[in-house]
Amino acid sequence: MIKTPFVAAAALALVAGPAMAQQKTVKIGFISTFSGPTAVIGNDMRNSFELGLDHVGRKLGGLPVEVIYEDDTQKPDVGVQKTQKLIESDHVDFVVGYIWSNVLLASLKPLVDSKTMTVVTNAGASQLAGERCSPYVFSTSWNNDQTPEAMGTYMNQKGIKKIFVIAPNYAAGKDMAAGVKLTYKGEVIGEEYTRWPDQLDFSAELSKARAANPDAIFVFYPGGAGVQFITQYVQAGLKGKIPLYQVFTIDDLSLPRLKELAVGIPGAQEWVNDLPNETNKKFVADYIAKYKKRPSFYGAQTYDAVGLINSAVTAVKGDLTQKEAMRKEMEKADFKSVRGHFTYGNNHIPIQNFYLQDAVKEGDDYVLKTVATIVKDDQDRFHDKCPMK
Amino acid sequence: MLYFIEQCLNGIQLGMLLFLLAAGLTLVFGIMDLVNLAHGSLYMLGAYFAATFAIWTGSFVAAVILALVVSALVGMALEIVAIRRLYARSHLDHVLGTFGLLLFFNEAVRLIWGPAGMTLTLPPQMLAAVQIIPGIYYPIYRLVIILAALAVAALLYFVVMRTRLGMLIRAGASNREMVGALGVNIKLLYTLVFGLGAALAGFAGVMQAPILTVQIGMGENILILAFVVIIIGGIGSIRGAFVAAIVVGLIDTVGRAFLPDLLGHILSTNAAATLGPALSSMSIYMVMAGILIFRPEGLFPAASR
Repeated sequence: MIKTPFVAAAALALVAGPAMAQQKTVKIGFISTFSGPTAVIGNDMRNSFELGLDHVGRKLGGLPVEVIYEDDTQKPDVGVQKTQKLIESDHVDFVVGYIWSNVLLASLKPLVDSKTMTVVTNAGASQLAGERCSPYVFSTSWNNDQTPEAMGTYMNQKGIKKIFVIAPNYAAGKDMAAGVKLTYKGEVIGEEYTRWPDQLDFSAELSKARAANPDAIFVFYPGGAGVQFITQYVQAGLKGKIPLYQVFTIDDLSLPRLKELAVGIPGAQEWVNDLPNETNKKFVADYIAKYKKRPSFYGAQTYDAVGLINSAVTAVKGDLTQKEAMRKEMEKADFKSVRGHFTYGNNHIPIQNFYLQDAVKEGDDYVLKTVATIVKDDQDRFHDKCPMK
Repeated sequence: MLYFIEQCLNGIQLGMLLFLLAAGLTLVFGIMDLVNLAHGSLYMLGAYFAATFAIWTGSFVAAVILALVVSALVGMALEIVAIRRLYARSHLDHVLGTFGLLLFFNEAVRLIWGPAGMTLTLPPQMLAAVQIIPGIYYPIYRLVIILAALAVAALLYFVVMRTRLGMLIRAGASNREMVGALGVNIKLLYTLVFGLGAALAGFAGVMQAPILTVQIGMGENILILAFVVIIIGGIGSIRGAFVAAIVVGLIDTVGRAFLPDLLGHILSTNAAATLGPALSSMSIYMVMAGILIFRPEGLFPAASR
């Protein structure tokens, strides 16, 4: 368990409205994975969140901030426990985080039942965009299907006739495969779903893909598994024979480990570290200065949560009981996002661009670069199922 | 058919990796009668050492050799400091004690190397596939794993069956007190055996590092498979571990490769895709359950037991 309360000293500057009397701090519960191999993702999210708080002077809408970090250990049962703890015993005003779709789905009920203001910064389970959308739950990421849909569109542009799909067998893996199949117009000649998260040897699946002889392989392996998949793909001698198209498999966390192996493998993403807006430049530059490494899209999405929450708390002048007013403000997405401006759909999932990114070598460094915009202002296809208008 | 052979090779390769891990485990379990849950930690340490030495020396081969030596040394130090105190106690105490060690090593690795995991990069000439028979391309490095494990198997057989040290090891397994009474330094012998087991675990960790992973807790899932292997093979039997490792590797890989398609004939694609991997991982445990029912001492019970 990681607890880092940040209670700024009450300063003379605190001469805001009468709301101040009711609420001394904004209490935020932050759930992510801080142990095990995927702690790398959780740490990147925490780093970005902390940086975001630094950038607003560690005050949200004028109120000092207290953050309670909780480790979901990448397990749905632990995630829901920690969520309940944050709501019931810590009485937090906001819950932020969630990497994993299955952890989020398990934790959604206590969040929705208690009407806790929630900002999901990664997990994009399609149920959240559809029938289980909630007035108090916002996403700063995407719906799972959107990124692979963009990849499918790109593969159409490349004239790829038949693909082989490999993904892990859990909520997000299935959403990703469904997403690519929706936009991709060619033939899907094979699909493999591997045990998650413990299967790390993909020899059987790669042999199968080679035997099927597709024009391309579409793959989704988040976190460390992405490193293993790409490494084994290259070792099998497939790079240069059957091209790979990936989502969430090569990111700023895995690239320093993959280096040359990742070069030339295209991916789709809603944020790339070289997006040319001022907020993003500041975020990336300050992140590198503070933590001596590059932020990933997980971090970028989490950084945006600070802006979103700040806009809401500012709008109600620090009176956190006005949930309706905060919700209305958040629906406007009136803050400076690292991905440029985006808007919210009725289901509180961003309507945003998706970019084509490529891993390239720059001097001794390997970086992800934006190559093109694949889709503009893309909205997820589940928003019709969400009863909110 | 070619595809089937390729999948069998994949299975054998996984089996060889399991053998390296299980051989050390079965030596320690069979000869020293110690249940060692920290065996997976030695496997993890081997991989971390190799990744670190690869950065220091810039040479893959040097890294592998150094990692082997250091793994053996760490194993022997561990035996002297902690494990030695567990021999006289019950198996439950072994489990508790070595589980504590496992947690200790996970946290130690996090403190020393950080949570991010490391990468052991292969020399570029190993980053390709070769045509071993017409139509079958196989990754060079996976072939290296198979050959290295075969060499280790032969070496182990030679050491245990043909050398004086091996004779003492076998004697120590049959009757610890008697060997001690005959003037053999049994304490030193056990330290050496534990060091050998640690070196084997470390070697398994090193060999898998370039294809799988170097990260905290990497030994825990595969350790379960290694225990299955030594139960199927017969506790204490190197030969049993060898055969059982190949059997388990083949069942796992071939099951994963073919079960979803077979099930696809009778079920919907989606259900088959979910059920296939689940069934193939279950099938290993079903084999183990079958062995425990019909041949509880394993396929090749060690002669002494």
